[in-house]
Amino acid sequence: MNPKKQLMDGLFFQNPVTVQLLGMCSTMAITTTLFNGLGMGVSVLIILTLSNILIAALRKIIPNNIRIACFIVVIAGFVTIVDLMLQAFIPALSKSLGLFIPLIVVNCIILGRAEAFSYKNSIAASTLDGIFQGLGYTIILIIMCVIREFLGGGTVMGGLLEINQETGQLVFGLGTAAGIRVLPEAFPALGMILPVGGFLTLACLIAAMQYILNKPKKAKKTEEVAK
Amino acid sequence: MGFDFANLFSVALGAILVNNFIFSQFLGICPFMGVSKKIDTAAGMGIAVTFVMGLASAICWPINELLLHFDLAFMQTVTFILVIAALVQFIEMFLKKSMPSLYEALGIYLPLITTNCAVLGVVLQNTQNSYDFITSVVYGITGGLGFMLAIVIFASIRERLTFSECPKAFEGFPIALMTAGLVALSFMGFSGLKVF
Repeated sequence: MNPKKQLMDGLFFQNPVTVQLLGMCSTMAITTTLFNGLGMGVSVLIILTLSNILIAALRKIIPNNIRIACFIVVIAGFVTIVDLMLQAFIPALSKSLGLFIPLIVVNCIILGRAEAFSYKNSIAASTLDGIFQGLGYTIILIIMCVIREFLGGGTVMGGLLEINQETGQLVFGLGTAAGIRVLPEAFPALGMILPVGGFLTLACLIAAMQYILNKPKKAKKTEEVAK
Repeated sequence: MGFDFANLFSVALGAILVNNFIFSQFLGICPFMGVSKKIDTAAGMGIAVTFVMGLASAICWPINELLLHFDLAFMQTVTFILVIAALVQFIEMFLKKSMPSLYEALGIYLPLITTNCAVLGVVLQNTQNSYDFITSVVYGITGGLGFMLAIVIFASIRERLTFSECPKAFEGFPIALMTAGLVALSFMGFSGLKVF
């Protein structure tokens, strides 16, 4: 077990979205306001951690031949729990994410981690893996939300904070707040909120990741050549 | 028989062009990016997905009625994903026995359909919009056709993309995503389309 390496892998070197290229549907679909991104990220984090724990605990009982079906049932169970909890306690989030909450079942990140990690490792290591991979996913969602919301709507913190018109105070409104306006209304490009923006933002993020990850390798290679 | 053909037509047109599963709803991106390097395999995947989506819509409709009857609506997600997984497994076995040529052509992509969010997505949308049986099946099949249209267009662009030069950091996946974004932009042109 190596928590530090797991943390770095989850957040950066093996980031589920930008390096492993998993779970892209939800990444592009719901990152229109910070509220959505944060809600989705935390939901996936919770489901991923819980399903990792349960699958690691059951890894010696689950027969190898039907493991995928078993994983899916475990994941679907947790997704249903989270779905119902959101409907009960944060209905605004449940409404704005809509179909994408039940669709966490087929989010490749969770099935991928079950297959690649928690089916082979101890409960403690799987718990950490779930938390760190979930964090890596959440961070990418937040970055995408901030970029798209800023360029597409000209606001920040949409769905969380807004400035009250009359009193000029910061007001906290879960799911209802319009966000703090940064750009004047004439500037933003609506396309960034539409599907196009999702594709373009994710492409740029992954390109940036490839650029960063390839840099040290190149430096090493040139050193080897020099030797 | 009171078939509302106008309604069916607008559902079909919506599923193929206006609300295309990939370009406007972001469902099924994983196989879309993964299996679009060659037109042949892309078309094979499109056919397989269309078939499974139509069949899943047809089978899940009576099951959903049953769940509603027993007041078990909260079991929808679990039940549907199990039905889809079993369905894909069954189709795999059936094709292996009776149509080995098609089975080999689809290869690894067949089991992957289970985790295609377009399939679960179409079933969930059918129940959310409370479509009747015929509309569900039409929506499933045309949604699959929309997926096929998207993946074939994208694969034919991507085949040429391999010969073009682009910045080092954008090579491979990012430039493909960019291209998909531009195709999505062109599909936005359909958004004003309305029937009747």
